[in-house]
Amino acid sequence: MPHRTFFAFILPSILAMALFITLPIISVVVQSLFVQHEAVLITVENCTPFGCETQTRVDTEAMAKLQEERPLGQFAGFANYFNRNHLALSEIASILSDNQGIGDIVGRVFNLPFYKALSFTLVYCFLVTPLAMALGFAIALAVNTLPRLLKGPTIFVSILPMIITPLVGSLILAWMFNPTGILGASLQSLTGDPTLSLRASPVLTWIVLLAYGVWTNGPFSFVVFYAGLQTVPQDTVESAKIDGASRWEVIRHVIIPHLAPLATFVALVQLMDNFRVFEPIVGFSAEANATSLSWLVFNDLVGQDSQLFGSAAATSVITIIGVLMLVAPVLRRTWRDFTQKAV
Amino acid sequence: MSFASRRPAALHALVVGFLILWVVAAAFPFAWTVWGSFKAEADFFSRQSWWMAIEGTRTQAQTGSAFTLAGYEGAWVKNEFWKAAINTLIVTLSVTIISLTIGTLGGYALARSSYRYAFWILIAALVFRAMPHITLVSGYMLPFFQLNIWGVLPTTIIVLVAINQPFTLWMLHSFFLSIPKDLDESAMVDGCTRFQAFRLVIMPVMWPGVITTGLFSFLLGYNDFAVTSMLLSQDNQTMVPKIASFLGSIQNEGNVMYAVAAVVSATVPLFLLVLFFQRQIVSGLTAGAVKG
Repeated sequence: MPHRTFFAFILPSILAMALFITLPIISVVVQSLFVQHEAVLITVENCTPFGCETQTRVDTEAMAKLQEERPLGQFAGFANYFNRNHLALSEIASILSDNQGIGDIVGRVFNLPFYKALSFTLVYCFLVTPLAMALGFAIALAVNTLPRLLKGPTIFVSILPMIITPLVGSLILAWMFNPTGILGASLQSLTGDPTLSLRASPVLTWIVLLAYGVWTNGPFSFVVFYAGLQTVPQDTVESAKIDGASRWEVIRHVIIPHLAPLATFVALVQLMDNFRVFEPIVGFSAEANATSLSWLVFNDLVGQDSQLFGSAAATSVITIIGVLMLVAPVLRRTWRDFTQKAV
Repeated sequence: MSFASRRPAALHALVVGFLILWVVAAAFPFAWTVWGSFKAEADFFSRQSWWMAIEGTRTQAQTGSAFTLAGYEGAWVKNEFWKAAINTLIVTLSVTIISLTIGTLGGYALARSSYRYAFWILIAALVFRAMPHITLVSGYMLPFFQLNIWGVLPTTIIVLVAINQPFTLWMLHSFFLSIPKDLDESAMVDGCTRFQAFRLVIMPVMWPGVITTGLFSFLLGYNDFAVTSMLLSQDNQTMVPKIASFLGSIQNEGNVMYAVAAVVSATVPLFLLVLFFQRQIVSGLTAGAVKG
């Protein structure tokens, strides 16, 4: 296809991505170098019949003018990245120099907002992805043995947790895990602990969030693996069985190798999606016990009158760097495939 | 499969048991919430026993019947959830149609070009696909405030279309690769321009792929929370941010049932979507996997 025709066809699409994905990324990087203006304070004297008193308050007029002139705020360099709410370099240094052993270090680092979010994001990403894939694979194997009549309805039900709006799905589960909801109440009576609740127990919060992740991500692996199972060469399965392979050996040596390319695809997509985990934190109101990088950005932006654009942007840039590190191996492999094909 | 018949009984029981467990885990939360949305709060969030949610003891006491529409009335009428529903309809339909229009053209071009830049565009799209949406949102906010286009539906639609493009491009690109090149090239030999070949030869055969991709565009627009909650003003909210705002204001007033009713209402369209398009959704996920 000649260059001109190609670009005529793809222009709207490129334009949309350039304007609303590339530019925002640049905008985020620029914004991350600024902090909001400091409040302009004025002192006014209030005189009443009972005497005069001086009052210090924010000069809204001057603030508005300042905002108008320099909407980005003050230039701050990399201060946003290093302050307590982000990489917290000086806090880390002081923790490392003065502590009472490993447990103390971990506990105090975990209290820094950025590291708290980072640790949950990484745990969620790297635990939910393999667990959901395992669940999906198990469901796929099981559904594959069902009689045809039952397959359709089972697949229908299985897709629901994946297709559901993430916020809605997490709310539904959050209500059930509420101490007055069916699962929360059952948990309390099972453990015999009447104070057990998501709010009170960080461990329970993490477990429930991870369980939600597996519940909502499993079906995707299921559908892909189920489709893959339909293309397993039956000859190989037959001959493996004639050679005396047990059921498990057939799965281990025939089916799993056949599905391996699919598994890398699923793993990539799921890692990308799980890295941006966000809605469950809102849905479960889990922010006291577990936060994520995306949630940090959201939290900085959501304040009605004091949106911390600089702070949100700094977290965003760090998140984007994390995403790039996550997809780098895939990009390298794709690049290698491409150059090999070209040769 | 042939070895289904010779399964030992123990294994068979294990498989069936596991499947039943999974089906319950997948379906029960929805069934429970739909059931509970017709109850009073004191039943669905009962301090005594969850059994009250099944019998509806308090609902009976409060309303005289075991089921009540109070939650739905509160959400749809009192809190104007219908407005949010209309906004969602506008946003998701526009996002789907615009994404598909420009994505089809782009995906077709990518599938038919053998130059290196086509590969780079696809790689860039893959990276963009991985970007958490909220990080992009923090880039939009300030410029949109400055340009005074924050808070309205068209801005949100365009942003969602752009965020959706990488996925749409990949999906349609691999779909168009499966349509033989000879088809449009022979049309061009017969004197069609490239665009005429696309319109007359490719368009009639592209609908299965377009519909499947469209389903996923629809889901992205419908399910989005990060973009819609940050970019829409209070009056223009779609359903998902509206539900989130219920949590902030209504939960304190003891009317959490409005939120439950709203959640059930927002689930119904998705339910119907899976009911009618199960085959396309499954094949779409598979197509992406096999070719991607």
